[in-house]
Amino acid sequence: MIVSAAVIVFPGSNCDRDAVSALSKHSTKRVHRVWHRDTDLPKVDLVILPGGFSYGDYLRSGAIAARSPIMTAVQSHAKRGGLLVGICNGFQILTETHLLPGALMRNAGLKFLCKSTPLRIENADTPFTRAYAGLDQTSIPIAHHDGNYFADEDTLDRLEGGGQIVFRYVNNPNGSSRDIAGITNKAGNVLGMMPHPERAIDPLTGETGGLAFFKSLAGVMA
Amino acid sequence: MSAQNNPTSFEQAQALGLNEDEWGVILKRLGRAPNQTELGIFSVMWSEHCSYKSSRRHLRKLPTTGKCVICGPGENAGVIDIGDGLACIFKMESHNHPSYIEPYQGAATGVGGIMRDVFTMGARPVALLNALRFGSPDHPKTRALVSGVVAGIGGYGNCVGVPTVGGETNFHAGYDGNILVNAMCVGIAKQDSIFYSAAKGAGNPVLYVGAKTGRDGIHGATMASAEFDDETEAKRPTVQVGDPFTEKRLIEACLELMQTSCIVAIQDMGAAGLTSSSIEMADKGGVGIDLDLDKVPQRETHMTPVEMMLSESQERMLIVLRPGKESEAQAIFEHWELDVALIGKTTDTGHMVLHHKGEKVCDIPIAPLGDDAPNYDRPWVEPPTLPAINADEIASGDPAKALITLMQSPDMASKRWIWEQYDRHVMADTIKASGGASDAAVVRVHDTNKALAMSSDCTPRYVLADPYEGGKQAVAECWRNLIASGARPMAVTDCLNFGNPERPDIMGQFVRAIDGMAEACRALGFPVVSGNVSLYNETAGTAIPPTPVIGGVGLIDNANTAMGFGGAEAGDALVLLGATTGWLGASLYLREVEGREEGAPPPVNLEQEHRTGMLVHALIHGGQVRAVHDLSDGGLACAATEMAMASRCGVHLVASDTLLDAAWFFGEDQGRYLLAVKADVVDPLLDQAHEAGVDAKVVGTMKDSDVVLGDAMPLALDLLSQKHENWLPAYMEDA
Repeated sequence: MIVSAAVIVFPGSNCDRDAVSALSKHSTKRVHRVWHRDTDLPKVDLVILPGGFSYGDYLRSGAIAARSPIMTAVQSHAKRGGLLVGICNGFQILTETHLLPGALMRNAGLKFLCKSTPLRIENADTPFTRAYAGLDQTSIPIAHHDGNYFADEDTLDRLEGGGQIVFRYVNNPNGSSRDIAGITNKAGNVLGMMPHPERAIDPLTGETGGLAFFKSLAGVMA
Repeated sequence: MSAQNNPTSFEQAQALGLNEDEWGVILKRLGRAPNQTELGIFSVMWSEHCSYKSSRRHLRKLPTTGKCVICGPGENAGVIDIGDGLACIFKMESHNHPSYIEPYQGAATGVGGIMRDVFTMGARPVALLNALRFGSPDHPKTRALVSGVVAGIGGYGNCVGVPTVGGETNFHAGYDGNILVNAMCVGIAKQDSIFYSAAKGAGNPVLYVGAKTGRDGIHGATMASAEFDDETEAKRPTVQVGDPFTEKRLIEACLELMQTSCIVAIQDMGAAGLTSSSIEMADKGGVGIDLDLDKVPQRETHMTPVEMMLSESQERMLIVLRPGKESEAQAIFEHWELDVALIGKTTDTGHMVLHHKGEKVCDIPIAPLGDDAPNYDRPWVEPPTLPAINADEIASGDPAKALITLMQSPDMASKRWIWEQYDRHVMADTIKASGGASDAAVVRVHDTNKALAMSSDCTPRYVLADPYEGGKQAVAECWRNLIASGARPMAVTDCLNFGNPERPDIMGQFVRAIDGMAEACRALGFPVVSGNVSLYNETAGTAIPPTPVIGGVGLIDNANTAMGFGGAEAGDALVLLGATTGWLGASLYLREVEGREEGAPPPVNLEQEHRTGMLVHALIHGGQVRAVHDLSDGGLACAATEMAMASRCGVHLVASDTLLDAAWFFGEDQGRYLLAVKADVVDPLLDQAHEAGVDAKVVGTMKDSDVVLGDAMPLALDLLSQKHENWLPAYMEDA
C-alpha cells in the first residue's frame, strides 16, 4: 500500500496534473510534484514519470529527460525497490534510462494516434494491477506518436518468461512487438505503459479502465 | 548616420503594399519621409491584416454586448462570465495563407498563435477546435495539404497538451487555390485575474520573454493582405516555424507570473511581432515606448532594426511590468528556461522611439499608427438573388441510393482519420469530442461540475448562394448545435474568410454576410466577443466561397446533463421538431446526388429558431429525451442515420404524405431537431410542442439493424457505417 507519491515534472510534461489528480482521488492524498532540476526526491513509495513531450521530444522522445538531474534520485529509488511508473512519455524515459529494456519507435502507421484501446491483462499479480484480478480485458486510451515497442527476440522471450508483460493490445494500433502495451522490470517494481490510465477514471469523461490501476496502487482490491 | 536612416520613397512604400493616399498621410504626420524602419512599421500596421481597414466599419454592426460579456472585441480575445467567479476566454483566428504555402508549419503556428491570444489574458487554454476547408479531393494538391495541415495541428496541440476537441472539414473546388485553416482556442480564467493590453503609466519596464527573434515571418501580415499569384510558392520563407515545447513553457511561466502583482499589461507578439505588440500596448495605455533593439534576444546575427521589428518568430510575449518587479518576473522565466530580457520602458512622449547600435532608428508618433489607421468604405454591390428551386422539379430517385452517396460524400464522411491524430483527452476533462456523437464538443470546467459546449460552423454553399441568409444560417446552426448538446448558448467568436475586398462583388458578400450574422446574433442573444477577418483569399482572380465561420460557446450547468445523439435505444420514437417544406436549393443532396450547385439557400426564421431551441433545451433538462441531433447537411435522413450509427441501432423513417422523397428525406429546412424519446412520452411531448408553437411530429422508430427510408430498400447499418468510415482513409492512404 502506498502512502505517498511523487510526480516528476519535466519541461514539456503535460499529463502531470492529470496524474496528480488521479492519484489524489484514488490512491493517496500525499502527492508531491517534483521539478526535473531537483536532485532529491521526497521520501515516497511511488514515483510517476507522467506523459507529455518532455523537451519537446527533441533528439528522441524521452532521451533528454532521461539525463535530467532528478533521474539519478529516481534510479536510486527504483534500485531500492521503490515503485516507479512511466506512462507514455514516461515509458519512453524509462527505456532511455535502461530501467526497462527495449525502445519505443515511431508508430507503424507513422501518425500520432489517439484512441480507446482494449487491453488484455497479462499479469494481475503486480502492485500496479492487483485490482484487475479476475478481469481478462480492460480499455484505456492511448495518445502517442512513438509507441511501437521494440526489443530483440531474446529480450521479448525473457519478458514473456518472467511474467513481465503486463498489458497487451487486443488490436495492435502501433506495430508493437508481441502486442506489448506495458511491461515491468525483472524485479517487478518498475512499470512502463503507453496507455493513459489517468484519463480513464471517470465515466463522465469516457472510460473507467484506469480506475483499477490507481486502486491497485492504493492497495485497495476492486 | 547609417544608410538605414535615409528617407524612403513612395516606390519603396508601394512595394510594401501602401497606396498613394496612405503614403501622403505618413508624410503629413511625420513632416518628413519615413526611414526604412519607420516605413516597415507603417506598412505592417496599415496592412489589411493588422488594421482591418476594409472591414472595420462593417464589423461595428455586430452586437457585442450582453449580460454574460465581460470583454468584447478589441482585446486579444473575448471574455464571458460563466459563474462562480470564473470566465471563459476564447477566440478564433485564420492561418490560411501560410498553411497553403507550408501546411505543417502554417497550421501549427496558427494553433500556437490562437493559444497565445487566450493565455495572454490570464486563461489556461482548455480546448482547441479547427475549421478546415480544402480544395476538391481531385485537385493534385489536396491530399498533401490535408496531410500537412492535420499533422501540424496535431503536432502543436498534442505537444502543448491542450485537447483538440472539435471542428469541421469541407472539400470544394472553390478552395483549390486557397485553403482555409481557422483555429479556435477556449480558455478558463478567474474573473479577478484577467489581464489586458493597455500599458498605462510612463516609466514602466518592458520585458521581452519567450523565444529568440529570427528572420522568419517578416512581412507575413503583408502576405496575408494580398492575393496569391504564380510567385506565391516563393513566399515560403515568410511562413513562421513553430516550437510547441517553448509554447508549453511560456504558458506555464506566464500563468505563474499572473499569480504575482508584477504585470501592468501583457500582449503576445502575433502578426507584425514586436511592432504591433508594442504599439498596441502603448496606444491603448496612452503612453510612448522606447525600445533598445540591441537587448532583443536574437537567433541570427546582423539583424537590422526593420527585421527585428517585423519578425514573426513564434512563442514570444511582451510584458509591461510594475517598476521594481523586474527580478521577480525574470526569475520565473529563467526557471522555465526561457529567454527573458528588459528591452525598454514606457514614456510620456506618445512616440515610439527605437535605438540600435547607439543610433536612434525610429521616432514616430503612436496615435496615427493605431487610431488614425486607414478606414475604407469600399464600394460594394448587392449580391444577385438566386431563384428558389421548386422541389417538385427535382427527379426523386431511389432515396436509399442517395443516402449511400451522401454518407460517403467528402463533406459528410467520417473524419476519424483526422481526429484520431489529435489528442482529445489530455487534461482529463473532455466529455464529448469529435467522434463523440454530439453536435458540440463538451469540456468540463476543471474541478467543477459545469461544462462548456463549443462548436464551429459555416455552410459556405449557402453563403455563396445568398450571403445574407448564409450569414444568418452560420450563426443559427452554431446556436442550434450548442442547444442540441444541452448547453445554454452564450457568445461567439468569428473568423470571416473572404476574397479581395477591392472587388465590389466580394465586398458585397462581406457586407451582406455581416448583416445576416448581426441580425441572427441579435435575435438569438448571442453576442460576438472576438474575431478575425481574413481577406484576399483569392488566387489569380478567383475568390474562395465566402466563409464566415462562427465559433460558439455555451454553458452546461450540470455536466452530467450533456446531451448527444448516440443514446437512442431500440423502440424509441423519433420526433422531428421544426417545420419541413422540403427545401432542396443549395442542398448537399442537390450537389452530391444531382450534380447541381444552384438555387437559393434555406431561409432561417430566427423567431421560430429561438422558440424551437428553447423547447429543446427544456426537454433535455426535463429528462424527456435520450438523444438529440440537429438537422443540417443531408437533412432528416442523414441526421437519423448518424443517430443510428452512434446508437448502434437501426432506424425506420416514414415517408411524407405531401412531399416527394428527396424533399422530405434530404431537404435542408432550417431550425429543426430530431429527438429520440421513449414511446410513452411521445404524446405529452407533442402537446408541449404544440403549446410552445413548434411543429412536431413522429417521423420514425429506432429498431433492428437497418436504415429504412419509407418504401425504399432497407440498408444494413453496418454497410452504411463502413462506407461512411472508409472514404477518408481510402482517399488519404490508397492513392
